[in-house]
Amino acid sequence: MSVLLEVRDLVVRFYTQEGTVFAVNGVSFDLDEGETLGIVGESGSGKSVSSLALMGLIPSPPGKVESGTVMFEGRDLLQLKSDQMRLIRGKEIAMIFQDPMTSLNPVLTIGTQITESLKLHEGMNTSQSRKRAADLLDMVGIPDAYRRLDDYPHQFSGGMRQRVMIAMGLSCNPKLLIADEPTTALDVTIQAQIIELVKQLKDEFNMAMIWITHDLGVVAGIADRIQVMYGGRIMESGASHEVFGDSRHPYTVGLLGSLPRLDSSGEEKLTQIEGSPPDMRSEPEGCPFAPRCDTREMLQLDKCWDQRPPLETVPDASGAVQHVMSCWADIREGVAEHV
Amino acid sequence: MSSQVMEHTTRNHQADGEVILEVKGLKKHFPISSGIVFQRQVGAVRAVDGISFDVLRGETLGLVGESGCGKSTTGRTILQLYRPTEGTVKFEGQELSTMSGNDLRQMRRRMQIIFQDPFASLNPRMTVGSIVSEPLQIHNIYSNRKERQQYVEQLMEKVGLNPYFINRYPHEFSGGQRQRIGIARALALEPSFIVADEPISALDVSIQAQVVNLMEELQDELNLTYLFIAHDLSMVRHICDRVAVMYLGKIVELGPVDAVYDNPQHPYTQALLSAVPVPDPAVEESRQRIIISGDLPSPANPPTGCNFNTRCPVAFDLCYQDPDPPLVEVLPKHFVSCHRVT
Repeated sequence: MSVLLEVRDLVVRFYTQEGTVFAVNGVSFDLDEGETLGIVGESGSGKSVSSLALMGLIPSPPGKVESGTVMFEGRDLLQLKSDQMRLIRGKEIAMIFQDPMTSLNPVLTIGTQITESLKLHEGMNTSQSRKRAADLLDMVGIPDAYRRLDDYPHQFSGGMRQRVMIAMGLSCNPKLLIADEPTTALDVTIQAQIIELVKQLKDEFNMAMIWITHDLGVVAGIADRIQVMYGGRIMESGASHEVFGDSRHPYTVGLLGSLPRLDSSGEEKLTQIEGSPPDMRSEPEGCPFAPRCDTREMLQLDKCWDQRPPLETVPDASGAVQHVMSCWADIREGVAEHV
Repeated sequence: MSSQVMEHTTRNHQADGEVILEVKGLKKHFPISSGIVFQRQVGAVRAVDGISFDVLRGETLGLVGESGCGKSTTGRTILQLYRPTEGTVKFEGQELSTMSGNDLRQMRRRMQIIFQDPFASLNPRMTVGSIVSEPLQIHNIYSNRKERQQYVEQLMEKVGLNPYFINRYPHEFSGGQRQRIGIARALALEPSFIVADEPISALDVSIQAQVVNLMEELQDELNLTYLFIAHDLSMVRHICDRVAVMYLGKIVELGPVDAVYDNPQHPYTQALLSAVPVPDPAVEESRQRIIISGDLPSPANPPTGCNFNTRCPVAFDLCYQDPDPPLVEVLPKHFVSCHRVT
């Protein structure tokens, strides 16, 4: 498979009145055609900001993409002018947002909102675009689609609104769909409906997908590859069964240990990660996870504080998909230190 | 149906079988009114529509369901923050629904609540010290200021907050720390029963475990009884002894957690559990999902017969007729409200 998207050394900062927020601090990753990448992280880990940066949607000011390249089909998206970017956004790369209530315009009908990109990108006229919009709504499972084109967002339930968002995202057959916590605002039964729908449509449209979430369970079922972020940096990335089954970064291990499992009775205590997520208003010199890391404490590793661990292939990596992590210690070896 | 819900025991070794809370036929309907000058009631949102259960001393009862199923309203109605439309709530042998004024205020010393949003439930203009000591002032405990401050510092230490921060304001704390403040406030009057209304859903994943572990430790130490309201089914299995599944204002299934999770009887519980993602790709690949179609019907206009019949994959003619299925004990201590099962 060929590489569709290549992100290198992305750095995004926000210059606010309370100081500079170091949101994304050097993120690099590739995405193959047709691949699903799950980006996992807690609030403030930079997962949403890095994908907004790909789309050229960082509000500026206060935000600024400081450096980095985002190569998509031979072009650097960060260098494009806004009118060139507009031709890509919605057409080549589409995005679904978390909250379908605030991301749909409440005073325009659903039909108007879906046909907008069809008219802009596909050059359709009103009747063509309405017909296509109705087909799309039908495809995402909205009954009586043609009539519902004239309804407003408030006339749909939360799950139905998210279906409308998906229909809008897919309207121009994008090569890449970025889904930013698309099911977080939904109940689990509705979440299951949406995940099934997206999985099925992804194959139908043969597109690549970036699924951003804080829910490790959701990505376990949907992603080919998983990327764990913390403090604006990638901590670990690899095939999903490896990141879950053979986690190498202390943060990934801690995160999985702190989750109770539905399929086992919860007699044992949850392992907890001490402390709080980092304050992003100062750029950590070393590893952002160092203050909370029990491996660092156990090994008394001083360089975690002042040297950034590089993102490198894990020792004794198996499997075809590259498994990388950013840590000075090798937890699998227990105590051995590499590099 | 309530008589069948009476005799539970629990796997929790601390629970001695004493019933601390007895809820019978509880209903809470919110009126829908129409008209600008002359308002009249045109309907009612049946948020809680006739539920009965017991809570035993020392146990944790989980109350789960999707948004709008009435689980939070149940918690608040039990504490008389909303007055019930119908039904009785007996707490430590005393009937709460007819109680008012000072009597009720005295009962509130024994029952407290932890709220979901630690950002909205703490007054931003009060220091941690005054937030935690406010219940003590209201109930005139520790007239001596110094003693009161000492007690507040003890409480802060108990919930894992540095007492040094007693004069700080809520905005200076992270979400997890704020939730600890909320817990300290709830503990101040040494209650026996705490309603925890989604105490962890606003917190980051790595912080959730901290708060849950704290709640478990406090339960062991102080022999607390929890009503744990949540939509995170994995966490409910971890923390609870028994679980009640709600759908559209009614309990559809109630039983010990392992029984309900390993052998769910009600089609809604089955679908709900199968929809929860498990953080393990190997498990996810082999799982069979039951996807139920459609959305939750409006609680202002629930369907005739069983509430779940609009989405149920196995509904048959009896399910569309009144009355709705009763909650029946189908397995030991395991209650289900479904015509298919009973």
